[in-house]
Parts: sequence; C-alpha cells; structure tokens
Amino acid sequence: MSNGLPDPRIPAGPLADAWRRTREELPLISPLRKGQMDVLVVGTGLAGASAAATLAQQGYRVTVLSFHDSPRRAHSVAAQGGINAARSVAVDGDSVSRLFTDTLKGGDFRAREAGCQRLAEISSGIIDQCVAQGVPFAREYGGSLATRSFGGALVSRTFYARGQTGQQLLYGAYQALMRQVELGRVQMLTRRDVLELITVDGVARGVVARHLLSGELEVHTARTVLLCTGGYSNVYFLSTNALKSNTSAIWRAHRKGALFANPCFTQIHPTCIPSGDVFQSKLTLMSESLRNDGRVWLPKNTGETRQPDAIPEEERDYFLERLYPTYGNMTPRDVASRRARELCNAGRGVGPGGRSVYLDLTDAIRAEGKDAIAARYGNLMTMYERISGDDPYRKPMRIYPAPHYTMGGLWVDYHLMSSIPGLFVLGEANYSEHGANRLGASALMQGLADGYFIAPSTVTAWLAGNPAQDVATDHPACREALESTRRRISQLINSEGKTPVDSFHRELGSVMIDRCGISRHADGLRVGLEQVKALEERFEAEVRVPGEASGPNAELEKALRVKDFFGLAQLMLRDALAREESCGAHFREEHQSDDGEARRDDVNFAHIAAWQHNTNGEPIRHSEPLQFTALQPSTRSYK
Amino acid sequence: MKLTLRIWRQSSADQPGSYQSHQLENVSPDLSLLEALDQLNEQLISSGERPVSFEHDCREGICGSCGFLVNGQAHGPRAATSVCQLYLREFNDGAVLTLDPWRAKAFPPIQDLMVDRSAFDRLIAAGGYCSTGTGQAPDGNALPVGREQATSAFSTATCIGCGACVASCRNASASLFVAAKLAHLGQLPQGQPERARRADTMQRQMEAEGFGSCSSNLECEAVCPQEISADWISWMHRESRS
Ligand SMILES: Cc1cc2nc3c(=O)[nH]c(=O)nc-3n(C[C@H](O)[C@H](O)[C@H](O)COP(=O)(O)OP(=O)(O)OC[C@H]3O[C@@H](n4cnc5c(N)ncnc54)[C@H](O)[C@@H]3O)c2cc1C
Ligand code: SF4
Ligand code: FES
Repeated sequence: MSNGLPDPRIPAGPLADAWRRTREELPLISPLRKGQMDVLVVGTGLAGASAAATLAQQGYRVTVLSFHDSPRRAHSVAAQGGINAARSVAVDGDSVSRLFTDTLKGGDFRAREAGCQRLAEISSGIIDQCVAQGVPFAREYGGSLATRSFGGALVSRTFYARGQTGQQLLYGAYQALMRQVELGRVQMLTRRDVLELITVDGVARGVVARHLLSGELEVHTARTVLLCTGGYSNVYFLSTNALKSNTSAIWRAHRKGALFANPCFTQIHPTCIPSGDVFQSKLTLMSESLRNDGRVWLPKNTGETRQPDAIPEEERDYFLERLYPTYGNMTPRDVASRRARELCNAGRGVGPGGRSVYLDLTDAIRAEGKDAIAARYGNLMTMYERISGDDPYRKPMRIYPAPHYTMGGLWVDYHLMSSIPGLFVLGEANYSEHGANRLGASALMQGLADGYFIAPSTVTAWLAGNPAQDVATDHPACREALESTRRRISQLINSEGKTPVDSFHRELGSVMIDRCGISRHADGLRVGLEQVKALEERFEAEVRVPGEASGPNAELEKALRVKDFFGLAQLMLRDALAREESCGAHFREEHQSDDGEARRDDVNFAHIAAWQHNTNGEPIRHSEPLQFTALQPSTRSYK
Repeated sequence: MKLTLRIWRQSSADQPGSYQSHQLENVSPDLSLLEALDQLNEQLISSGERPVSFEHDCREGICGSCGFLVNGQAHGPRAATSVCQLYLREFNDGAVLTLDPWRAKAFPPIQDLMVDRSAFDRLIAAGGYCSTGTGQAPDGNALPVGREQATSAFSTATCIGCGACVASCRNASASLFVAAKLAHLGQLPQGQPERARRADTMQRQMEAEGFGSCSSNLECEAVCPQEISADWISWMHRESRS
C-alpha cells in the first residue's frame, strides 16, 4: 500500500497492447481444477450475467444471486440508446485511439488512461460476441451493422437495436446464462437480497442474503465474490433507475473495508420526462439519441404562455446551437443539463412550474417523414405519449435533466478487484473508466467488457494465486455476518414509528438533488450533510415497517435500502465538498470560469478519491494520482 | 379524481383469497396505476394494515415485472401498454377498478397480485439461445443480415416476458412467448444450426410446465404490451412440422 491505497496494478510500458501483455502473463488454471472451485456472482445485469455465463463456460461452479424473479429483469434491460465500439467501418475515421481519447476526455481526465485504452480495444469484440448470440442490432440495407452518433462524439460509433439496446444485449447475456443453467454449471438463485459481505481473514468469501419470499437469511460462501449490482442514483429518489436499484451490496462491502471511489460523480441526464405529482415514483429517460434529430429550444421571452407551435422562429432560442456551434444539440450531458437548468431558473422554462425545455423533432419529421422518425425512435415516442399524454409527433416534447448514472462506486484496481482481496466489482457498481462525466453509450460497453472479457481472466489469476480452502457456512465469520444482519432487520421491524419508508426516501432525494445535484457549492453541501444526518435520526425513530421479517415484505426491503442510502448520501456530500474543483458532472459553483464553464484543478485534483470507512469517526479520504502519458489534460471545449 | 380499487388479497398460495375494496380520494389523473397503488399502500401502512403486494421495477414498460388484470383485462384497457404505463387519465372519475393476479397453472400464486413466472426462465433454458461461447465470435459483419430480416427478428425479440399472453389465454398457453423466441432466433443466420432442435425442446418444455395448447383465439396478441403478432404462432407450428 502507498497513500493508504492498494497497488492499482496498472501495467507498465506502452498503453497500446498493455491489456494483451497483461493477459498473457496472467496465470491459468486447468479446466479440471476449475470444476472444484465455486464463484459467487451477485447481480444479473449486463455485467453479472455476462461474467457468470463466461466463468461457467470456463468450467467454474457458479452461483448467481439476484433479487429479481428472473435474470432478464435486471435494470440493464432499460438502456435505450446504444453501445459504443471502435470499428473503423464508416468513412468518418473512427479508431481505437479516437475512442480512447473521447473516453478519457469525456471523463474530464479523472479516469485511468490504461483503463480507457483497454475499453477501447475490447469494444469491438463485444459487438461480435453479441452478434453471435443473436442480438438483432440495426443493420444497413446491405446487411452490415448500422451505427449512429451520440452526445459528445463527432463520429458515428454507437451500435443499437432501435431504442431497446440494453434490452437486447441483456437478453443475449441472459440466454447465455440460462444455457449454462441448463448445462448444470450455474445455480441461479433468484429473489435473494444480498445484505452483507462475509470476509474471512480479510478476504471476501461469501454473502448473507435474504430470501424475499420466505424472509429466511441464507449464507453463501465461495472462493471469490463478484458484485455486479448496478448503480445507486436512486439515492435521489426520483431518478431514471428502476425502483429497486440500490447501493446495499456495495455499501455493506464498503463498511467491511472496501474503498469507495468518487461517490459524488453522478451523471445528470438532460433528456428525461419532467416530474409532476408528489406521488410520482420515477423519472423516465428519453434516449439522448433523440438529440441527433431533435433541436432543443426555449422561448426567448420569460413567462411565455403560448403553445410551442404559436411561437415564431425568431422568438425561439436554440440555446445549445447558439452556445456550442460545433457540438450544438450534441454537447455532453453535463453541459446540456446545466444550461437547461440555468435557463429554467431564469424563468424561461416551459411546462408545469417552468421546469422543462422543448426537444423538437419537427424539422426532422418535415425532412424525412414521420415514418422514418418512427422507425428510429418509435418506442420512445410511444413512451412519451403514454406518460405525458401529449403526441410528440405533433408537439415538441418537454424534457428536463434527471439523475441517471453513477460513475462512482467501489474502487477497483486494473484487475477489477476491490481493496478487499477476492472481492471483484463489475459494471456500474465499480468506479472505473468513466471518470467525472460518462458520455453516452459507454456504460453498456464497460459492463460487458468487465463481464465477458476482463473479469474471467483476472478472477482466474486470483484463484490461481490463492488456493484457499472452502469456508463452511457455520464458520464464525459467517455466523457473525448473519447475526449482524438479523439485528439490523429486527431493529427496523421493531421500530415504533408511523411514517412509511417512501416518505423518508422522498425527503432524502430532495435534499440530495438540491445540495448535490446538477451543481454544488460548499455551503449547500455542508447544510446537506446536516440535513441528511437529522433525517437519518428521524428515520430511525419514526419509520414504520409493517409486517414480519418472515414472508414477503416489500416495506422491509425498502427500509433496508433506504437505511444504506443514508450512509451513502453522506459520503457523496463529503466527497463533493472535498473536491474543490469543477470537473465533468461535478460542478462546484466556486470553481468556474468567467463565462460559466467548469474549471478543473489538475494540480491538486488529478486523482481518484477513495474513501475508507471509519467505524469510530469520519471517513478517511485517500487519493490515487492519475498519470497521463498518451494524452495531456486539456480544457474541454465543446464550442 | 376519485377511484375505488377492488383488489384480490391473498396472503399466500395455501390461504384462500378474497376481494377487498379501497377508496382513493384526490388522486391525480397524471399518476400511473402503480403510483396510485403506492399511494394506497402508504395509507394502509399508516393505518397499520398490510400493504398490497404487486411486482414492479422499471416502471417504464420494459422489465416485464409488472402485470395483473384490470377489470378482467391483462395490463388494463389500453393496447400495447404494460400496467406500469397505464395512467389514471384513462379512467373516469369515480371508476371502480377490479385488480386480479395472472391466473394460470404454470404461474403459482405468491401473494395478492404477485405470481411465480419462473416457468418462463425454464423455457428459455430449454433452448432459447444460440450455443456460442464467449470469445469464439466471428466478425459481426461476416454474416450479413438484411435490414428487413434484422427488423423482423427484432420485433419478436422485444418480448418482455410479462406473461400477459398466458394470463389472457383460456388454455393458459405460452405459445406467443415461445413463438416469439423461436422467431427471433430462427430468423437470424446465427440461430440456424439449432433451429429445429430449439423448436422441439422449447415446445416440449412448455407442455412439461403445464401450459395449455393454443386454440387460436388470439387474446394473447390483443394484450401483448409489445404487440407481438400471433402470426408467429402459426409460424412456430410450421417450424415443428418441417
Ligand atoms: C434508463 C436508462 C437508460 C440507459 N441507457 C444507456 C445507453 O443507452 N447506453 C449505455 O451505455 N448505458 C445506458 N444506461 C446505463 C446502463 O444501462 C447501466 O449502467 C448498466 O446497464 C448497468 O449494468 P450493471 O450490470 O452494472 O447493473 P444492473 O443492470 O443494474 O444490474 C444489477 C443487478 O444486480 C442485482 N442486485 C442489485 N442489488 C442487489 C442486492 N442487494 N442483492 C441481490 N441482487 C442485487 C439486480 O437484481 C440486477 O440483477 C442507461 C441507464 C438507464 C437507467
Ligand atoms: S409475448 Fe407479449 S404478452 Fe407474452 S410475455 Fe412476451 S411481451 Fe408479454
Ligand atoms: S415495471 Fe417494468 S414493465 Fe412495468
């Protein structure tokens, strides 16, 4: 350990090819021995399903846990827009090095360059893998794979399956996983909520899970544990994530010693359907691919009451095109979100409470016809119509930014291993490669690179070097983890309050969006920290969790999640406070240029912040310095 | 608006169930039906009663978790819509909505509006995949797939596994679900090597799970939130004969 951090194990030597060199040096295990080793995978999103299927194919005995009733329902299913890959198929000159550059720059130089390079190199193989599984990607008439462009990129490198790319990629991985179930190599345990990590002598060896139908607590042990549990933007209550997305598994691992990296880096997505009623339970994303054809505008005048079609061209402000002539409507998400919020705050917003901007497809429909637009975005248009009650073919859509994707997560080294030996973290649950501002279509790529290609090699290397014995489920460490989980549950069940969990979650969300949302400042973050602490105390005293610990109990499930969100929220606020710079998605109002752009501080903050849990005091901030050899940090300009 | 929800309550599979009525006053027509159930549940919790169990997650019509009968119709009255995307503005003020769980032998009840749909996973495990291992894939452009072929395969691949087709079929047949998967893979070059075997094993599994057979009354197509055409069922039957 240096700087209080484990070695990030970044390969030495030139970047290009570093992953191939690393892989060739990693130790292997004979297929026969693999059959005696068990591996636990938590989560069946793109990361978990792809990892579990691949590890099983290699010969390991894999046990998969997921709280969904079927792997097919993991939240990856909701990803709409597409998946990036560098394949120089078109004439726009895409290449591995360009994807590498865009990824590193898009993360505002707060990601490891070796990781970004590896991702760009693997990306093309992901598409081949998925095609072989039967993923019906969009095709050109001649039969070759079609692409489209996405925010923040000037080349067309996003592969897609209409507006349901995540769904189709997930079904590919799910089917590969079910094939391994049929072959007897995977034991699939659904409706299990993982609530605690088990470590033996400091090494990850299992989890405690609650069976969501019987309420029974189970201990599962293995040689190694892979957490693939997705993102945590539900800390904001209203977000684009599925309602059951949570932080529990990674938060419990953090409490057991895993470092948590850059928790405050949250991507706010510019194109969501705005919120209305207090009982609204989620915000629905409209894929930003719509920005390819849609023009974003607001009336020039404040307090405009006319319908959009009654507002003449000269009274419209196509503000992204005006401010960013090169990228226009395709500016990165953080920039587009901030500009929309500022204009709404200045009174120019439209819709209820003036909290939305127009995304207008009229020009595209006029130029190409309704059918062409419907073929490209049909399901999104229907979804918009269902939710808002307006027809998007006839009236511009109304959109507003919403919390969407969390770039922070458990710290992992180049092998995707956390600071707890034997604990691997994949997909959105880890911190990796996105830095401070994920661009569109990178998360799917990263999740699948982790699951299909990286973890299968590095997990094998770990197991080859650590021939541990099996851990019996009544090992003292297991009993202790079981007991502490039981205590947490009984505290909640026995709480004497009257207020339902959701009501606390809503309040937590509103504090987080106000204090740690699209933009932040020190005073607000400090106030936020106090507010969250006070709210957590009230939660403990006043929450009501009806029913029993046995049997199905959705309120208990929620209460356990929200309790973990309180801890995470405080860490996010602290992290945002400590990072005295603006970078990508993290915009500190104190740190901006005269024309309102983010001002990075490469001298003091070119690092990953990695937080250590401290039972008896405030968490400890470590930093992993970032080195840039292939590309020097530059100021982002999307003008 | 005002709403009466008449909900099937059943604490577990081995307990008898019955309807319970609840009033909701002052609900916004802009809420989804699931959000109205959330609101009802908050009321029930505050008054010390057991909240209503129903499945949900994404709440945007894509995960396939949600699903129950609204006034006897799977996912409610609106075509091509899963129940999480059903908004109260579809109903009249003062409406009475009767909510029932899917009822099918292959979908055992769990609690209230929740049933066990794991039979669908076993159907997929019985052959609903291309047997390809990771790392063995050829160049994705090496096998051209015409745009129309890809689009048609895609339209069947979009099945979200909700089970509405089963619940609305008087024989509780899973034919639309199985046909959709067979058509997805059967229309692509990647799916060809196992095409005949897949049709055989998946249909056999369908029987083993206790799903009924198709008698072509097309209710499945009418309720499918993904608008998967029942023509694929005839296509499936041709697959089995050839
Ligand atoms: C609406 C939306 C649209 C998006 N569109 C795009 C896009 O176009 N392109 C792109 O690149 N990215 C997109 N993203 C981001 C991308 O979808 C996600 O980052 C990615 O799918 C996450 O995959 P994952 O495997 O890490 O996690 P998930 O898919 O969230 O899977 C998590 C899994 O973990 C399980 N789990 C979680 N917690 C527990 C627990 N405590 N116990 C047991 N099991 C647990 C769940 O059951 C689930 O199986 C989008 C995201 C959203 C929300
Ligand atoms: S075929 Fe349609 S109704 Fe049946 S499970 Fe699939 S999506 Fe649901
Ligand atoms: S909750 Fe996901 S489809 Fe309805």
